[in-house]
Amino acid sequence: MWISRRTWMVNAFACIALPALGAIGESVSAKMAKAAKPAKVVKLVAQKFKYTPNEFEVKVGQPVVLEFTSVDFIHGFNIPDLKMRADLLPGTITKVHLTIEKPGVYDFLCDNFCGSGHEEMSGRIVARR
Amino acid sequence: MADRRNFLKLVAVGGSAVFASGLKINAIAADAKSGAAYEDFYFVQLSDTHWGYSGPANPDASNTLKKAVATVNALENPPDFIVFTGDLTHTTDDPKERRRRLSEFREIAAGLKVKNVRFMPGEHDASLDWGAAYKEQFGETFYTFDHKGVHFIALDNVSDPGASIGEAQLAWLKGNLAKLPKNAPIVVLTHRPLFDLAAKWDWATRDGDKAIEILMPYPNVTVFYGHIHQENHHMTGHIAHHSAKSLIFPLPAPGSQEKRTPLPWDPATPNRGLGFREVEAEPVKAEYQIQEFPVTKA
Repeated sequence: MWISRRTWMVNAFACIALPALGAIGESVSAKMAKAAKPAKVVKLVAQKFKYTPNEFEVKVGQPVVLEFTSVDFIHGFNIPDLKMRADLLPGTITKVHLTIEKPGVYDFLCDNFCGSGHEEMSGRIVARR
Repeated sequence: MADRRNFLKLVAVGGSAVFASGLKINAIAADAKSGAAYEDFYFVQLSDTHWGYSGPANPDASNTLKKAVATVNALENPPDFIVFTGDLTHTTDDPKERRRRLSEFREIAAGLKVKNVRFMPGEHDASLDWGAAYKEQFGETFYTFDHKGVHFIALDNVSDPGASIGEAQLAWLKGNLAKLPKNAPIVVLTHRPLFDLAAKWDWATRDGDKAIEILMPYPNVTVFYGHIHQENHHMTGHIAHHSAKSLIFPLPAPGSQEKRTPLPWDPATPNRGLGFREVEAEPVKAEYQIQEFPVTKA
């Protein structure tokens, strides 16, 4: 194998940290501009082969913190339309910060192959005004 | 099943070949610059056989691969070689069962009369153990070979469950290409698409853009891949990407519905949407003529 497990784990941490840091920056900016809107917290569980919940609503412009608990695998969380992803490591809570600025439906999926049923592991965020 | 002569006839009357190049069988052409002689040839691509799958999307799953092997064996003119572009087996969490499926697949593939057979893993074969079981039976997951003037590069974008090629393999790719003349005819074989075909269905390679960037300076690159269980033809700049049908169940058109669930099996038209392809290569022009074939002889 050309890349070790350890290296992949390091990459996994980087994948979590970098988007999250970027999104934290956005949230800070949003707070300054919009008089400190409180962040909505959504708790999700990632488990072969589903997210619970797999659909939820957010308000456009409101900062949101997604708090993931992964039960059984380093699942992925990817929102292609927002170009945002994270690795969800078991044994820790992974926080993803986001603020959706346009109403619509945003699909998300597990993008780390996790077994038979991986293709079913998806969900969506509905952003409303 | 069309024999070799009929195949050429089909092309002439506008069969589903995507590139016409006016080939002659076994023609020997000379490279204008180097004077080297290259013989035209063809190879067969089979993909996504998912050996071990059991479900309503293919009630005949235990026979489909065997039927395809028989059909390939019945081709009047044998191909120079055969390539399987991944998902040889259907995934399982059980490492023993994974090895059993890979072993059974290998036994069935051994029934091919043509013995020059190249294998590649798909995520179903390799992603749950970083390719360990696959490598025990099939060797390295990325490699190159040369055939009659064409440089073939098999890339592994599946052993990493995150669908990354990885920096080490990308560096290897860059180094390998650097040894070639810029105008060398190059064929890249992968399992997943190197470009974002349908990101919401995970039909992509996380760092595929880096591979394409490395390939871009080479004017004669063509990619053949699998994963999406249907034909698809796409250009990224001058690089053509051609996906193959599967030998287990067809999937819906990219992004055409919410989930990428298999198309339902139709007992009236079994094996609909399944098949394999011949690829006729003309090395001097770096052109590839594709002809699709069904699982069984009509």
